[in-house]
Amino acid sequence: MKEVVVLSGKGGTGKTGIVGSFAALAQSKVLADCDVDAADLPLLLKPTIRQKQEFWSGQVAVIDEEKCTQCGLCQDVCRFDAINDFKVDPVSCEGCGFCYHICPDEAIIMKESLSGHWFISDTKYGPLVHARLGIAQENSGKLVALVRQQAKAIAEKQGLEYIISDGPPGIGCPVISSLSGADLALLVTEPTLSGIHDLERVLGVCHHFGVTALACINKYDINQDNTHQIENYCFNQGVEVTAKVPFDNVVTEALVQGLPVVEYSQDKVSQEIESLWQRITHALGA
Amino acid sequence: MIISVASGKGGTGKTLVATSLALSIKDRDKVQLLDCDVEEPNDHVFLKPTITRSEAVYIPVPKVDEDKCTYCGKCAEVCAYNAIAVSPKHVLIFPELCHGCGACSYLCPEKVISEVGREIGVVESGNSDGVEFVHGRLAIGEAMAPPIIRKVKEQANGEGTVIIDVSPGTSCPVVEAVKDSDFCLLVTEPTPFGLNDLVLAVETVRELNIPCGVILNRTGVGDRKVEEYCSKENIPILLTIPLDTEIARLYSKGITLVEGMPQWKESFLRLFAKIREIVNERGSGTKR
Repeated sequence: MKEVVVLSGKGGTGKTGIVGSFAALAQSKVLADCDVDAADLPLLLKPTIRQKQEFWSGQVAVIDEEKCTQCGLCQDVCRFDAINDFKVDPVSCEGCGFCYHICPDEAIIMKESLSGHWFISDTKYGPLVHARLGIAQENSGKLVALVRQQAKAIAEKQGLEYIISDGPPGIGCPVISSLSGADLALLVTEPTLSGIHDLERVLGVCHHFGVTALACINKYDINQDNTHQIENYCFNQGVEVTAKVPFDNVVTEALVQGLPVVEYSQDKVSQEIESLWQRITHALGA
Repeated sequence: MIISVASGKGGTGKTLVATSLALSIKDRDKVQLLDCDVEEPNDHVFLKPTITRSEAVYIPVPKVDEDKCTYCGKCAEVCAYNAIAVSPKHVLIFPELCHGCGACSYLCPEKVISEVGREIGVVESGNSDGVEFVHGRLAIGEAMAPPIIRKVKEQANGEGTVIIDVSPGTSCPVVEAVKDSDFCLLVTEPTPFGLNDLVLAVETVRELNIPCGVILNRTGVGDRKVEEYCSKENIPILLTIPLDTEIARLYSKGITLVEGMPQWKESFLRLFAKIREIVNERGSGTKR
């Protein structure tokens, strides 16, 4: 069993569209949507939810007004500025429990918080594990870890060959959680200066965690100079540019139809994504 | 007035909007641009600011004086993040799990825990052609963006207009960046992904009790469902930007929209006037 995670650094470079096409192309796989705060893969794969679980994670401090003597110690020690006028702002509270431990009147309790839900679903392409982080909740990294764990369990149980993960943008907590221990990262970039800047940072994270990366330049023909620059950069970093996908409105049209682009059109975009998946299976040693 | 620019979905045009809005209003108002997308900051690519100040961001992590430690285990017991483990003869600290709350050092009965700074990123500030500029950069391999975002926001000078560029998503970095704003612009695109993530972003700003308006980018392909949603939810669409290869080309080269196509400046000034109107109206109501 091999796991590939699709990342980009910069958002909106086309990760989910590409993973959706991989779903249609790959045999013997489980899909995992690791972008838990804005999960879009289900929009393409149209899952039927088989199992829904609550994600309880972290705690929030609550002050019992009856017991509180308004001594102010909790406000003084809180480093997250979460307590004002003897009330806890649950959004700012990091759940550290410092206030709970030091309150001389034992007026603070720590409440478990429901931080989201995760799902195991069937799709016409195979099983999908996805999640939804609650609005303004923390611990996205833990929820991502849970999604990957469940995907792995399904792959093991059903003897599936691949885990294909759609990762979140950025380089922080949920990205690290999506990446660490994966067999391969596919970095989807675009030929814009910000795309290049962000590619360099996410590649740095791959190096940091020792995960081999391949690159894919999406909408490569928007700016050929920048595409050359990315190719040179990747060459110098020892990263293979595995595909160059042209800009084409069919990508958006397919999305509006709710279809992976490889099922919507047979033109250059789809051909390039097909050969990209071939190359990934090869890199994973299949 | 603080205006944040968020989106839910990545790559919808937050950076384009934040930079062009800042450049459009700088002749009329003092303007400060804070790039709070500290994982992937991009505003500097467009504004090319002269950086005059750079400050490392540290979070305080515990350091135990093991000569005096009695291995009582109190620190491990109070740590909510499992960043400390105590065995009979050793204390193990996992700095990357530590949130820097300070509970362990305060509560240590022997007072043998001190705190040392661990660098997790940097905040840089400077100026770009009349726009005061600040951004944060999370160090590669670090997980926690919020402490850096807090540091960037501490640089807000409270004068004129502050524009905050936010990271994509709806979780803690977004909340940290958006909270305390007077208005939140949500940039989206007319696709099912754009709509799905807009709905999540709207729920987030409503949770924070911040008024919002939508900018619809790359109109022309896609569908009309974002417009239908906004109309149903009574959310104003304050600006639409068409799908245009010239706009995409400028963006790819790191040129702001209002520099490359100055005719857009009027649209951004109108956008700013509308935001001001909404914020003022709300301010004169009962709610802050």
